[in-house]
Amino acid sequence: MNNNAKKTAHEPFLHITKRGDISTAGAWSVRLIAIAVSLLVSAVVVVLLTGYNPVQVFKAMFSGNFGSLSKVRTLFQNIAMLLCISLAVTPAFKMKFWNLGAEGQVLVGGLASAACMFYLKDSLPNILLILIMFVASILSGIIWGLIPAVFKAKWNANETLFTLMMNYVAIQLVSFFIMLWVPSGSSVMGLINASTKAGWLPNLFGQKYLINILIVAVLTVVMYFYLKSSKQGYEIAVVGESSNTAKYIGINVKKVIVRTMTISGGLCGLAGFLLVSGTNHTVTKDLAGGMGFTAVMVSWLAKFNPAVMVLTSFLIVFLQRGAGEIATVCRLNESVSDILTGIIIFFIIGSEFFINYKINFKSKHKEEK
Amino acid sequence: MSEIALELRGITKRFGSVTANKNVNLCAYRGEILSLLGENGSGKTTLMNMISGIYYPDEGKILINGEEVVIKSPRDAFDYKIGMIHQHFKLVDVFSAAENIVLGLEEQGRYNIKNATQRVSQIAEKYGFDIDPEKKIHEMSVSEKQTVEIIKVLYRGADILILDEPTAVLTPQETQKLFNVLRKMKEDGKTIIIITHKLHEVLALSDRVAVLRKGEYIGTVITSQTNESELTEMMVGQKIDLNIKRSEPVNPQKRLEVKNLDCKNRDGVKVLDNISFEAYSGEILGIAGIAGSGQRELLEAIAGLQHIEQGEIIYNDPKTEKSENLKDKTPLQIRSLGVRLSFVPEDRLGMGLVGNMDIVENMLLRSYRKGKSFFLQKKEPKTLAEKIIQQLEVATPSANTPVRRLSGGNVQKVLVGREISSSPTVLMAAYPVRGLDINSSYTIYNLLNEQKEKGVAVIFVGEDLDVLIELCDRILVIGEGRITGVVDGRTAKKEEIGYLMTNSNGGKDNE
Amino acid sequence: MLSTICAFINAAIVQSIPLLFGSIGEIFTEKSGNLNLGIPGIMYMGGISGIIGGYLYEKSADDPVPLLLVLIPLISSLLGSTLLALIYSFLTVTLRANQNVTGLALTTFGIGIGNFFGGSLLSLFGETGSISLIKTGICYKTPLPFYGKLGLFGETFLSFGFLVYLAIAIALISSFVLNRTRVGLNLRAVGENPATADAAGISVTKYKYLATCIGGAIAGLGGLYFVMDYTSGAWTNNGFGDRGWLAVAIVIFAIWKPKSAILSSFLFGGLYIICVYIPGLSSSAKEIIKMLPYLVTIFVLIIISIRQKKENQPPASLGLSYFREDR
Repeated sequence: MNNNAKKTAHEPFLHITKRGDISTAGAWSVRLIAIAVSLLVSAVVVVLLTGYNPVQVFKAMFSGNFGSLSKVRTLFQNIAMLLCISLAVTPAFKMKFWNLGAEGQVLVGGLASAACMFYLKDSLPNILLILIMFVASILSGIIWGLIPAVFKAKWNANETLFTLMMNYVAIQLVSFFIMLWVPSGSSVMGLINASTKAGWLPNLFGQKYLINILIVAVLTVVMYFYLKSSKQGYEIAVVGESSNTAKYIGINVKKVIVRTMTISGGLCGLAGFLLVSGTNHTVTKDLAGGMGFTAVMVSWLAKFNPAVMVLTSFLIVFLQRGAGEIATVCRLNESVSDILTGIIIFFIIGSEFFINYKINFKSKHKEEK
Repeated sequence: MSEIALELRGITKRFGSVTANKNVNLCAYRGEILSLLGENGSGKTTLMNMISGIYYPDEGKILINGEEVVIKSPRDAFDYKIGMIHQHFKLVDVFSAAENIVLGLEEQGRYNIKNATQRVSQIAEKYGFDIDPEKKIHEMSVSEKQTVEIIKVLYRGADILILDEPTAVLTPQETQKLFNVLRKMKEDGKTIIIITHKLHEVLALSDRVAVLRKGEYIGTVITSQTNESELTEMMVGQKIDLNIKRSEPVNPQKRLEVKNLDCKNRDGVKVLDNISFEAYSGEILGIAGIAGSGQRELLEAIAGLQHIEQGEIIYNDPKTEKSENLKDKTPLQIRSLGVRLSFVPEDRLGMGLVGNMDIVENMLLRSYRKGKSFFLQKKEPKTLAEKIIQQLEVATPSANTPVRRLSGGNVQKVLVGREISSSPTVLMAAYPVRGLDINSSYTIYNLLNEQKEKGVAVIFVGEDLDVLIELCDRILVIGEGRITGVVDGRTAKKEEIGYLMTNSNGGKDNE
Repeated sequence: MLSTICAFINAAIVQSIPLLFGSIGEIFTEKSGNLNLGIPGIMYMGGISGIIGGYLYEKSADDPVPLLLVLIPLISSLLGSTLLALIYSFLTVTLRANQNVTGLALTTFGIGIGNFFGGSLLSLFGETGSISLIKTGICYKTPLPFYGKLGLFGETFLSFGFLVYLAIAIALISSFVLNRTRVGLNLRAVGENPATADAAGISVTKYKYLATCIGGAIAGLGGLYFVMDYTSGAWTNNGFGDRGWLAVAIVIFAIWKPKSAILSSFLFGGLYIICVYIPGLSSSAKEIIKMLPYLVTIFVLIIISIRQKKENQPPASLGLSYFREDR
């Protein structure tokens, strides 16, 4: 009666099922293989573009990162900043709240610091000024993070799109203040308080950025234990896993959303403070430089584990700086680092599939039957 | 009678070690309404899913109009003019009725929703449906959505219609309307198979009744030649001796009093209607009923997870001898009143436990707030986890294994173990042995009995009548959100409970 | 005064076209339930692949044919952006990777490719200077032949290259396809409720792939328009700016409706340049005006979530991957 139906109704050759049984070691070895393959592909890409042999390429990458003391210092500074923002977004992600607004939260934090420096100048003792900047930055970050959080908690507004839009509001806000502060109509703000160094984080043991790095190191440890061992961290995990279970044991989900975004936004504000007070001593609309987005990937790749994030942010920064060096040596554009970052992330997120799913091949004769 | 439209021969379907259908033979004629009757878990839906292409039988043959056919997908079923209306509707909320009806169809010619709308109206007129094809699904009542599903099947030219518990979501008036429509379809020469467990509906509507029990085909009778008691007997069968030990309640005291409780679900449909009962300490109160009769909502209302429209839930504290009303309290507030209420929910990994967390962390769900420290205290839960693993013989590599990796029985041991560890005064368990093997089931029964002997008021929602009769001291029977009877577990007959379960309308004059 | 207004309208239309391409592409993609945050990267990719195609042709042909000057960049642009959309589809649909992370990585990747080749194309071929495809640019900017005869009206509305009309045509066609065809119905069902679509015999995977790739190709044209018409064949690194994100904003502002996207793009394009036409505006106030598109988008987002009108919500399964056995 119906041949057509018989023909189209064969069982699929490939059958994909969810698996729940992979061990942690197995999962990490899949990820490591993915990283290895992605590095191989990146090497091929670079070799094709530059005509260098792979050994030269890796040498250049290495010297770009560790070539001199100042390079090492910048390397660690960059890792620290990326790590700081990654740590900031992690509690939100663990709760399955997609905070894509780190870029903006960092910016308003930096803007607050810059504003304090610009208006207060050296009218206060430096330590007091820095303290005020610190608090102002964190508060601004919190405000920027809380706005989408409140609308999410109260009306379930889509936080992905909301936080994304907040970034550009922040960028324009920064541009606005730069225009306001720079009299010449130039869109670039020079160093603030260049002569007095008011509001600049001092060098520690004569090392630039050391304070930044130490603060982020402490923050990493704190965040690790906050997520792993604190009651609040536990609540975040439960809300992220299942809001049904959260209700069953009496967690107030709305409260957790608001509280967690306070932390997330506040830490982004802190990153803004470190970037302005401890690094750039000025504010630009590129202050976060896309790190707010890169942090999303760093945090995701590390499966929201702050300890692993140290490694993933190292990987990304190493790659970016190494690629930058290759670009300089070969007189190519430094954007090659973005291409490589993209490739590596594609491979790692793609590899998650092989951790979460199992591919079963249907045997042929069963199909015939 | 007229010719055979559909015939099943020796159909068997297994899921792992569980046999859902065993050697089922069945036939349905053209122009008749056949009822498929059976208790929860008797394999009715599984059987029909094999005809509609959701599952594929392990053994046996399906014949359509006398020809053997292979049905491997819903598409194939459509091609053989078979359509099934599932209990859970598959509709796109923001689409109109007509758009949902033509979704996925590959008709000839240009897409024209106006023509489709017209055809829908024609079908509706022919069978007497009441529907606005341009109305959006999210603006519709449950019965309207069901109508859309039925028209969807008819639009695709189905001659054999299978309806899975269609009246479960309808009011009596809506049910009458549906029956009229079904009768018209029958006159039109269609074959209608209706899965149900409501006896009065079976008798009112169908021409013949086929009965399944525990996956096996019991027989088919002609409706006009049978009666309710014969059908009940076919459906529930003889009592089986399970040998669950049962002690006499010692010094029972009123622990929980539920008074005139009304609840509505998210769609605003009344799911609990004037429920009143008491639970005593030192006894197991069973709750029997067809799945989805309001059992879940009842337990969740007591646990503070369900909004209560009306009524009271009074808890009598054994220590202070004070009474508290739990209405409108959150789970946390209930706890802070000193009410030691434990709840083993039906959805173990979606509500009671977190699948991705290990056993220790799952212990923490109940106890993590303890103490003033900012940090979690993991020592106690770790000891507890190890104690549960040892005492309940949980098969797990370690206490740090995520619970989703454990088998169903072990997951349940972890959950029940945690819930009884807080030495509750009230323990509620919803379908605690569903999907468990015999040994694990007995572990759970013993645990519940132990709690009872300790003086806990145990509320047990079950589906297996044999178990309810052997385990419980009293059994509360619910039908369609109403209490249809309370029986003594020691003297109750299976048929009696089966009758109360399936006869929610007759429940009142039975008392 | 009138001429100023007409000049403003003309400029606003020019500004709106990349946004329109981008938002239509994203609407198409999002209707299938894929939130492709890689659209900004795809638009860069569309621009640079057009540039590469045009560059290679201008370089190789002594006497370039105008038709090929248009077709070669057009085709290479479509190929480039479709390729990126394909990567996104493979990762999120087949491998069920997280859509947000994949999208952001794709944006990094696409902008990287754009700026890399934009900055290094010439040096890869041993040349110096910056890319400027004058001949190609002229072809893309050729207006309708009769516009000069229509006076101010022609000047304001008809003085554009063909991509402008293509953008509006694509928007109207998209609206028709989404709302008036079987394919559109099926596509919307996939984005709203993939399980239902699956049960109705619609291939969820096929629709997600097709919508994402076609959407990506459309968005890529926005990048092509920018480099070929707006900047007349010249590439500046990061010159495209954050227009990609503005396009994502328009999708929300237009509440996922292609026809509204036309007006929204025009509005956003106008806001982008209105400062030039308001005399005596301080440079800081200009920055505030540039903030407006994002502010009104947030406002719309808040309103639709408070009102909870079903028809105005994002596609219900937006951002989620579909796995049949999860049901």
